[in-house]
Amino acid sequence: MNAPRERITFDAVSKEYDVNGGPLKVVDDVSFGVGDGEFVALVGPSGCGKTTMLNMVAGFVAPSSGAVRLDGRPISGPGPERGVMFQEYGVFPWLTVQGNIEFGLKLRANRTDAAERRRISERYLSLMRLTDFRDAYPKTLSGGMRQRVALARAYAVRPEFLLMDEPFGALDAQTRSAMQNLLLEVLQTEGKTVVMITHSVDEALYLASRVVVISARPARIRKIVDVPFSYPRHEELHETPDFAEMRSEIRDLVMQEYAAQEKQARMRLAS
Amino acid sequence: MSDAAISGRHLGATKRTKAAQGALMKSGIARKVVYGALPWLAIILLWYAVRLSGLVKPTLVPTPWEVMTTWWNLVTEAGFLTDMYMSTQRVVLGVALGILAAVPVGFLLGWYQPVRRFIDPLINFFRALPPIALIPLVIVYFGIGETAKVVILFYASFFAGVIVMYEGIAQISPIYLRVARTLGATDLEIFSKVVIPLAVPHVLTALRVALGVAWATLVASELIAAQQGLGAVIQDASAFFQLDTIYAGIITIGVIALIMDYLLRRASRRLLSWQERING
Repeated sequence: MNAPRERITFDAVSKEYDVNGGPLKVVDDVSFGVGDGEFVALVGPSGCGKTTMLNMVAGFVAPSSGAVRLDGRPISGPGPERGVMFQEYGVFPWLTVQGNIEFGLKLRANRTDAAERRRISERYLSLMRLTDFRDAYPKTLSGGMRQRVALARAYAVRPEFLLMDEPFGALDAQTRSAMQNLLLEVLQTEGKTVVMITHSVDEALYLASRVVVISARPARIRKIVDVPFSYPRHEELHETPDFAEMRSEIRDLVMQEYAAQEKQARMRLAS
Repeated sequence: MSDAAISGRHLGATKRTKAAQGALMKSGIARKVVYGALPWLAIILLWYAVRLSGLVKPTLVPTPWEVMTTWWNLVTEAGFLTDMYMSTQRVVLGVALGILAAVPVGFLLGWYQPVRRFIDPLINFFRALPPIALIPLVIVYFGIGETAKVVILFYASFFAGVIVMYEGIAQISPIYLRVARTLGATDLEIFSKVVIPLAVPHVLTALRVALGVAWATLVASELIAAQQGLGAVIQDASAFFQLDTIYAGIITIGVIALIMDYLLRRASRRLLSWQERING
């Protein structure tokens, strides 16, 4: 099997912030690549610098040294070819569900005529099971529905990449599991190259084709794990011994990093 | 059972619930009217009670009925409607101009941190000055005509509105801007399609706050120097010890201010049906 063409490249990427006069290193010499159509999950302790890494791909943050490249070109800012889903949903409260989905299609960057716009929004309304709620304002929707609106809105502008920062972190366990299956299903019909941040090792293993374990701050790559399970994946995968074994192996790694992160915090408090 | 029968039954059920809903709504409106009238009834009773208790000299407290007949006489014989019209016109003009200026300035202050740091102390200084304290100065510069009144009201509304605007704009959550940017929005599109819709509630709040301040300021300015207007009517009545006219004037001001606020609230509810509120 040929390795897929590399789309996103982290090339010796470091990032420092100035905090209280001193430099604070959040990302330290990270190098890895994301191939076309791959689903890469980043797992690691909270506050370790994962979000900074994702924001560099999204184009919100520039590296201090090294480069993040998209198809070989350094990223200089956000763009509609990279759809982003945030943990806080970011669904526009003043627009209806349909208005939210069509928002991107009305921008000059991806201008679409009215009929086409309708067709696209209808498609994602039905794919995300939101057809009955097309005219509802977000205030009336549950967390899971809002996240579906955000996913539909991101999909509507036909991005090649999907960048997700803890997208299901705020959902209850049942909704979360339903959203994971919906995401797998949608990716099955319309493949994207995906980078997702998650705290859940289980979620990472269930969704991703590769799991990148990130260390305590500053973020370094602790381990890259290829996930051998083939798509389409189903709930039963959780019950298989292979899955359980990989999960506990990765979880051990992540727990070590959590412990290291906590030790850092304690030392900061003491000094 | 056939489909038609099912749908027929369904239809009947819907009709019934619709009728029930109608009745419910009617009783809801009736309840609203009663609850709305209750506090006013209470205060009128209290008013009568004070008057009849004998604790206060009767000449110092006209009865509600006397005030009402006076009000009617003022309207039919003394050109009271012109006074109401003059005052309302001044308020509307002053508030409209004040908010028209406060919105762009509030945007600038809310959007650009450095501008805010520079201008904030000045705004706070001018805001702290009661507009009434400026009336003598305004009379010197603008005389006692309409311009002077509108200038004072402009001042009062502008500073009341600008604070509301810039606090509101500064609190816009950056997540919406980020989302718009990742979907490909330009700066101009972010402004017109994200910032403006999020600013509408603050414009409406600014309007309401400014209206309140403007009425207070207007009457003060009319008390000092005006031929016409509700403040002038009250001032003239005071000179002749016409307590019932004073009461009629005060109540009229309250009612007009209340109606304006009510209209604004209704407009907000229509425009902002998307907003999450603590009370519906």
